Amino acid sequence: MTFASIVIQFLNGLAGASSLFLVAAGLSLIFGVTRIVNFAHGSFYMLGVYLAYSLVETFGRSYLGFWGGVLLAAALVGAIGAAVEILLLRRIYRAPELFQLLGTFGLVLVIKDVVLYFWGPEDLLGPRAPGLRGAVTVLGKSFPEYDIVLIACGPIVLALLWLLMARTRWGTLVRAATQDREMVGALGVNQAWLFTGVFALGSFLAGLGGAIQVPREPAQLFLDITVIADAFVVVVVGGMGSIPGAFLAAFIIGQIKAFCIGIGDVSVLGFGVSFSKLTLVVEFLVMAAVLVVRPWGLLGREQAQPRASGEAEAPLQPFGPSGRAVALAVLALLALLPLAADAYTLVLLIDVYTAALFAVSLHLLMGPGGVVSFGHAAYFGLGAYGAALLFKHLALPMEAALALSPVVAGAGALLFGWFCVRLSGVYLAMLTLAFAQIAWSVVYQWDSVTGGSNGMPGITRASWLAGSVAYYYLAFAITAAGIFALWRAVHAPFGYALRAGRDSPLRAEAIGIDVKRTQWLAFALAGAFAGVAGGVFVFAKGVADAQYLEIPKSVDGLVMILMGGVQTLLGPVVGAVTFTWLFDAIRRATEFYRSFFGLVILVLVLVFPAGIVGSLAALRSRGKASP
Amino acid sequence: MSAVLDVKGLAKAFGGVRAVQDVSFALGEGELLAIIGPNGAGKSTCFNMVGGQLRPDSGTIALAGRSLVGLKPRQIWRLGVGRTFQITATFASMTVRENVQMVLLSHRHRLAGLWTPARNLFRAEAEAALAQVGMGDQADRPCGVLAYGDIKRVELAVALAHGPRLLLMDEPTAGMAPKERVTLMALTKDIVRSSGISVLFTEHDMDVVFAHADRIVVLDRGRLIASGKPAEVRENPEVQRIYLGGAGTEAARRAGG
Repeated sequence: MTFASIVIQFLNGLAGASSLFLVAAGLSLIFGVTRIVNFAHGSFYMLGVYLAYSLVETFGRSYLGFWGGVLLAAALVGAIGAAVEILLLRRIYRAPELFQLLGTFGLVLVIKDVVLYFWGPEDLLGPRAPGLRGAVTVLGKSFPEYDIVLIACGPIVLALLWLLMARTRWGTLVRAATQDREMVGALGVNQAWLFTGVFALGSFLAGLGGAIQVPREPAQLFLDITVIADAFVVVVVGGMGSIPGAFLAAFIIGQIKAFCIGIGDVSVLGFGVSFSKLTLVVEFLVMAAVLVVRPWGLLGREQAQPRASGEAEAPLQPFGPSGRAVALAVLALLALLPLAADAYTLVLLIDVYTAALFAVSLHLLMGPGGVVSFGHAAYFGLGAYGAALLFKHLALPMEAALALSPVVAGAGALLFGWFCVRLSGVYLAMLTLAFAQIAWSVVYQWDSVTGGSNGMPGITRASWLAGSVAYYYLAFAITAAGIFALWRAVHAPFGYALRAGRDSPLRAEAIGIDVKRTQWLAFALAGAFAGVAGGVFVFAKGVADAQYLEIPKSVDGLVMILMGGVQTLLGPVVGAVTFTWLFDAIRRATEFYRSFFGLVILVLVLVFPAGIVGSLAALRSRGKASP
Repeated sequence: MSAVLDVKGLAKAFGGVRAVQDVSFALGEGELLAIIGPNGAGKSTCFNMVGGQLRPDSGTIALAGRSLVGLKPRQIWRLGVGRTFQITATFASMTVRENVQMVLLSHRHRLAGLWTPARNLFRAEAEAALAQVGMGDQADRPCGVLAYGDIKRVELAVALAHGPRLLLMDEPTAGMAPKERVTLMALTKDIVRSSGISVLFTEHDMDVVFAHADRIVVLDRGRLIASGKPAEVRENPEVQRIYLGGAGTEAARRAGG
């Protein structure tokens, strides 16, 4: 690269960093005060883009129309944020982290469908800003005028935020609440309105971050997830709750993105490597390096361990004789099913089985481990793609490729898990999500190996398994054996050590348990079993698809667990069955199935936090208590 | 008496605050040593350095001649140091018996097991340890529903289950009713006397300290100002002036008879 092109890439990086900073600052601000990681923050950004597009299209011919439109769009997003806080978040401030994250993810789904409904699925590129349509010349290269304004936006907003925080009474309250929420409440500050205000401001910043991108980038429906993954990386690198940290990290990440795109395609050791497509991988390496040196981010501070929320779960009960009898009866029934069922039902049941194994493997982390993973689909996908690649590129027999799927996924989980267990709580959850997004981007963009967005077709089964009945039995046997093995592990000393680390890390360490190592091994074990599910799934479908690794797939697993009940072992299985059946039915019925699921999630979080099995158990014990 | 625990020149600062400066003491086999002092004297800091939760800035800590500085809590535990916490730390989702079984599983390096149910392992041993603290009849109850005094007993069983040579107790009677305190300390003393374990404990309750400690170390603002037998410490004018004050000397006199 010449000096001039380096300068241009640097300026591009600064322009990209501004929006990233606005989004990340809003996310950080909201987390600092409310302790909620707002998954829907990327959706607020997306709303900002779409609203600004419509407003600017309507009024944007004049200066006032354009900038007024941008600000009005951001203000509308802020108002939507305030409404969301009042209607939804106020009810879940005291809920466990998982419920908060899932609740805001429910919003993601709803907002996506709202946008789809009003604006349609096409990409929309807004008009350019009046008076800033041209370009300036920097060292002989042209650079858009509008991007110079963007570069200025970041520092201006940082300065305004600093003034707001340092010089106003409201800012003082926000800083106080960030340090000690209970104390601010005890001093008689009306917390409800403080939280609403902070949420509105944070949402406004996300909306503004989106709105100012209108002349530069088209409004697209996948912006929500892309932006939230980037914002998570930025706040993890910068330090949760630190606005200067967000600024610094946005600068670093923005530069990395710009230079990766600037480097483009190069040849490394004979392999063509496209840096412009692997920006997320490079971001990951930077984030990993930062976390090894500073686990709380560049300018972050260690978060106080949140006090255990909610009641302790009941001790594990052994599977009694009646439980065994019921389990055997269900297994026998499922084994006899192919005699009566049609082909469609068998295919759907294979989906149910892989979903159940996926959910039970995730539950090992979530339940006994107390580790909230938002990226479990990564291991499902690694298993699926691992098997598919071994089958297609190395021409391994189908049976061998399937048998190796847990090895591939387990190895991936060992690598990602090593970083994840260094953190805890929401930090950890964000990191799992970022890793999954990275795995997804590699699969999605490495066309020559994984087929990219087209997927990998032709993942055919061995001839003895080609029939749907034969494959039904294989999937059935593997799932039953997998779930049984995972349940044994939960009841075995390993599962107890995992629960010990969740119940009281202090006590666990004081009786010789290496909590982090136990969690790390749990990552590998859960990842390996998710990989088995992915392997079975990919040979059932005959095609590997990048969707297997998407964030919504990870969230599906969480919703299954939540539906069934996180505090029971049977819950994930019941949840997986219910979810898969429901999903199949709804998906065939309506185009807007996502928002339906968003609403299901919100209902679960707000009304039935114990899930199906948990609620039934509570009903039963209530029945016993009253004569 | 050979020293089980030997602490020399211990120091720890938090920012500009010197929480502990140049503290030295030794603990013999089968001895009960109390660390006392007003709030902020550095008791818990000392304690957490011995337990491995904090790393000293300078000084040495040796368990039977082996240095503990820089070791993690779990490594110190493996060398034979059990501990209880000021705010009890137990596994709330497990039964009382399972809490003790965890210690035994960890001690015998059986935590990686993926097949045999944990509840069937070391059951009898765990029940014996619970019977020792009078919790044998509550072995099947979840730890999360116990009364506070009972949780303290479970913690004691947990701390003793792997047969430590040294027991660390940070405010063992904090949050308990006066009658319960006496019972718990009498129980501890019985167990310690019969097994020859050494005990290092901090305590606010002067009745408990003067009735049960073999020796007492007094800290004030991070420095060691006195140490010796209860009678010597009680007579020490500096201790009376700086720390005990009216109420303290009264309690000390009562306890000393």
